[in-house]
Order: sequence, then C-alpha cells, then structure tokens
Amino acid sequence: MSEFEPTHPPLLSARGLAFARNEQPVFGPLDFSVDAGEALLVQGDNGAGKTTLLRVLAGLLHADAGEVSIDGRAATASLRSRAVSYMGHLPALKSDLTALENLDFLCGLHGRRRGQLPGNAMAIVGLAGYEDTLVRQLSAGQKRRLSLARLWLAPSPLWLLDEPYANLDLDGINLVNRMVQAHLRDGGAALLTTHGAYAAPPVRTRMLVLGRAVANA
Amino acid sequence: MHPVVRWFHQLGSPPYFERFAARWAPIAYIAGLLVMAYGLYGALFVVPADYQQGDSFRILYIHVPSAWMSMAAFALMALYAAIALIWRIKLCEILAMACAPVGAAFTLITLATGSIWGKPMWGTWWDWDPRLTTELILLFLYLGVIGLYNAIDDRRNASRAAGLLAIVGVALLPVIHYSVTWWNSLHQGQTISLFGTSHMDPSMLPPLWAMVIGTHLWFVGSLLARARADNLRRESGKDWVARLAEPRA
Amino acid sequence: MIWSAAKALMIRDLSLLWRRRGDALQPALFALLVVVLFALALGGEAQALAKVAAAVLWLAVLLAGLLALDTLFRGDADDGSLEQWLLAPVPLSWLVLVRTFMHWATTALPLLVATPFLAELLHLPHEQLPVLLASLALGTPLLSLLGAVVAALTVGMRRSGILIALLALPLYVPILVFGAGSVAAAGQGLDPVGALLLLGAGLVLALVLAPLAAAAAIRIALD
Repeated sequence: MSEFEPTHPPLLSARGLAFARNEQPVFGPLDFSVDAGEALLVQGDNGAGKTTLLRVLAGLLHADAGEVSIDGRAATASLRSRAVSYMGHLPALKSDLTALENLDFLCGLHGRRRGQLPGNAMAIVGLAGYEDTLVRQLSAGQKRRLSLARLWLAPSPLWLLDEPYANLDLDGINLVNRMVQAHLRDGGAALLTTHGAYAAPPVRTRMLVLGRAVANA
Repeated sequence: MHPVVRWFHQLGSPPYFERFAARWAPIAYIAGLLVMAYGLYGALFVVPADYQQGDSFRILYIHVPSAWMSMAAFALMALYAAIALIWRIKLCEILAMACAPVGAAFTLITLATGSIWGKPMWGTWWDWDPRLTTELILLFLYLGVIGLYNAIDDRRNASRAAGLLAIVGVALLPVIHYSVTWWNSLHQGQTISLFGTSHMDPSMLPPLWAMVIGTHLWFVGSLLARARADNLRRESGKDWVARLAEPRA
Repeated sequence: MIWSAAKALMIRDLSLLWRRRGDALQPALFALLVVVLFALALGGEAQALAKVAAAVLWLAVLLAGLLALDTLFRGDADDGSLEQWLLAPVPLSWLVLVRTFMHWATTALPLLVATPFLAELLHLPHEQLPVLLASLALGTPLLSLLGAVVAALTVGMRRSGILIALLALPLYVPILVFGAGSVAAAGQGLDPVGALLLLGAGLVLALVLAPLAAAAAIRIALD
C-alpha cells in the first residue's frame, strides 16, 4: 500500500508572468515553480531579463501580467517580506560601518533565524576576524561574502540570488554552492541567476532559460 | 457590461484613444473658440463700463475664467493621478501629465491679466495681493510637476512620481492660500479685494459664463491633443502606430 | 518587530553620524554663513538688522535644511539599502518616519541650538527669541517631513540638486509664512499662539501622512 502523501504547494510559483518596460517586452509570459528543497537556475544572456525577473518576484517591480504565489497563497507584500530574501547587485552595506554593525542592523530590520548569530555567520562565510573592519576596507569579494552572511541569518525560506557568483573566487563559488545546499536541506528553496553554466549548485536543480522576449520553462 | 463602463475600458486601449482624441480635439477647440468669441464680444462691446473702474475692469472676463481654469486643471490633474496610482491605468497617467502644461498656461494668463488689471488699481505691476500670490505659487507647483515628469527617464515612473507630487500639491493648496491670506492681513492690514466678483450686476454675467464655458472647452481640446501626442510617443514602437504613419494608398 | 527595527535604524544612524561627525556641523555652518551674507548685503546697522532678523533666521534654517535634504535617502538608495527596507517585514512608512526623525535630530537640532547665537548676530529683540525658537521647533520637523516626500520623489535621479529645491520650496511656503509670521505677529504685539498652533496641527498631520506619501514615492522611484 502506498502511503498517503499530502501535496505541498510549491514554495514559489509563477503563472503567465510578463513584464514590459517603455512598451518593450522584457520577458514573458512565464510559467514555472520552485518546490521546497529545490533550486531554480535562471539563465540567459545580458539583457535577457534575469535581474528584472528576480526583482518582480521579490516585489520590487510590478508585473504587467500574471501572478506569483508563495506557498500556494497570493504573494502579498507582507507574505513576501516574511518568506523571501533578496540579494541583488547592490550589497546594501553601509561602508562607514563595520561588518558586524551592518549585520546587526540587517538582523534588526529583517529578523534573525533562530539559533544563528552574526558572529558564527561570519565564520561560516570565511570572514572570521573581520567583524570590526569597516566595510569600505573590504574587497569586493569580501563584501559579497558579507552579503551571504546576511542571507544566512535571514529567517526566510526562499532565497532570490541575482548573480551570486559575481566577484567571487573559486573558494567563494564553492561557498555559495555549499550554502545553497545546506539551505535546501533545511527545507528552503533558492532561485539563482547566472549568465554562464560554469557554476551550479550540486542540488536538485531546474532550469529556466530566458531569451530575448521569448521564454522556455 | 454596462455600455458606459465598457466605453471607459475601450478608451484605455491606446489605438481607440488615438481615434477618440483625433476626432474630438478639433471639435472641442472650435467649439471653445466660438463660445469664447461670443463671450469676448459681449465683454468688450455689450457690457456697460463699470462705475468705479471704467473700462479696465473688462479684463476680468479673461482673468477670472483663467483663474478658475488654473485651479480646476490642477484638481483634475490630481484626480487623474490618484486614479493612475491606485489602479495603474496608463491612460490616466497620460491625461494627468497632459493637464500640467495647459494648467500652467492658464496660470500664466491669470498672473499676466491680474498684473495688467492691477496697474491702474495699485499703480504698480505687482502688489503681493493674496490671490495673485497664491496663483504664483500654483505656477511653481505646476512647473515642479512638469519638471519632475521631464527629469525621470522611464515614462511610467515619471508620470507616477509627478502625479504623486500633484496630489501632495493639491492637498497643500488650500493651506497655502490660507497662509498667504493670513500673511497679507498681518503685514498690510485689511485689503479690499479688487478682484471680487460677488457684487457684479446680473447684466454683466452672461459673457462671463460664456468665457468660463469657452475656456473649459478649449481646455478639453488641449488636453485631448496633448494626451494624443503622448500616447503616440509612448506607443511608438508598436505596429498600429507604424500603420498610422504610412501614407494612405 | 516594529520597535526592534526602529531601534536598529536609530543605532545605525547614530553610528553613521559618529563616523562622520565633522559633517554634522555643516548645516549650522551654512546657516551662519547665510546670516553673515545677509548682514553684509543689508549693511551692519543694528536697527535695520533687528527688523529683519527673525525672517533672515527662518530663511537661514530653511535653506540649510533644504541643502541637507539630499542626504536623507541618497546614501541608502545608492548602496541598495533602500531596497531592503522595502522588502522588510516592517512598514516602509515607519522606517521613513524613523529615518526622517534621525535626520532632523542630526541636521536641524544643531541649528536650533545655534539659533540664539545667530540671533545675537542679527540683533534680534530678546523678547522675540522664545517665539522664534518655538516656531522653529515646530516648523523644522514639518520641513523635514515635507522635504522627505520631495527627497523620496527624486531619490532615483542623479542630478537632482536644484530640482529638489524647486519642488520643495512652494510646499514650504505655508510653514515659512506661519513660522516667520508668528514672530512678526509677536513683534507687532499680536498673539503668536494662533500661528504656532497651526504649525503644531500641521506637524501632527504630517507625522501621519508624510511618511505614507514618501513611502509611496520610494516605491515608485525603485520601480
């Protein structure tokens, strides 16, 4: 006898999602979903709309058509704020503050995952010892690692990562992949954009390829 | 669906609005010109000269309708902007932004005619009269909306930002007017308003109403013409616009 | 959550201010310069200066605040912090309110402290000083709140310096009128309380409405 398996709605699902800027279509209509424990890799050339797609999913941009659901429910701003963590191109770090001060602020703003502290998050991303360094004195790769530390501390199950491998050396790329792996093991999900297939997390991954105004799910 | 509601929805479609505006703008312009001509004739030749001010009061027939229009246009702009912001309707964004230059022009006319009217009254071209001062600030508000609209690259964001500014402006306008009136009474004592129309002889009113209606019609024509141009500009990459530009066979 | 976010933001802003504490004096120095320039342009005669002292002081504070307005959101917009505020589980309008309060405390409060000193330079009649300080205490937060809406509208733009001033100054008119006017009324022997109460009422309204408008403007700008 097969066991009864309750259907869990996908953590994120998009139906008919489309976006246009200045009357020019950027992407869409798109249909895709990401389940808990899954990663979705969004690929495409520069200008294909990967960043725009992530910003629409994060709630920073308003889609022209279609709908986004999180955990089966319509994605409202409050639902997104609790369920989604967005890491974009800009690091959201104040260069006049130390690494630890930045993390303390961001935890105060977004909340903190139970059992995680800024100190050990910095150790995980390989920035142990840099707690009192001003962010302006960190290299681009170190700033990226600090952003990853913030991501690690966030209590949200869904990660939206825009070009997470940018500015990182091989060590850093492995770090991202390890973090995504651990996050997925804990029941989270991740959406990553990349314009090359050279670095993909070794987890159950779907692919979404964006072409110019044409999409395949 | 109710036919009026359906017509509103249709109007939001850019090609339909293009046809609508192309048809009705000239009609509104011509109707406005005719009504204004009638009003001006009455104002200049039919209405008798004022007991106190002689013939110089006749400029009231341009000044007052322009003043009313300048404020009505701002209120309408804010209304369109509110609809555009709440329901994200593109046509209302276009209409809101089209109101601004026309309203600003009426404000300029109000200021110029007010100043011309004031010269025989005050002896100078400007006297910080509370109503004219409020009109001046209104002009700045208009220029701010236009400036903000032109400063942002993305057209939709630009109209939404400028629309929000218009809404803030319309909320503050009564406060500005009240404050300027208070300031005027504080610094210059009670001034007799020289621009009041409350004690106008009934025989003087018909040309005024004609001018009011005429300016409203003219405003509608201007609004439609500008909205039409903005609509075409925004949609310029689309096929239906290219077809319009083709020479007729 | 609301209070912990507010506390975190206040601590952050205070730390940022401390790291660049030299910058904190700039609005006060600008106001001093404006006073000096007015005195130079008007001629240093005590009687003439005393007549216009309250108005010049109000203008100096207003213009200093206007220049400082650019720093309200620009830093956070440039490094992507503003986006994260939008995505936080706390209302954006609340964060805007806290940020505006901190900005006012760090740019306008020093001006308020400097005002008695500046008033002496302009020979302001001593009995007008309390009214002036009261009008500034009520008026500068109002200027900050209205200014926040304008700053939010222009936050995405590169070359927005003069545009911010052009957009904000017409909106500032009632505040300037009631603020400087209250002192003028006191100078004429009239009761300034009416004007001050109007400023107070405006402040209460602005505390609720301005953050909402500014948050809407930020959402539009980040769109």
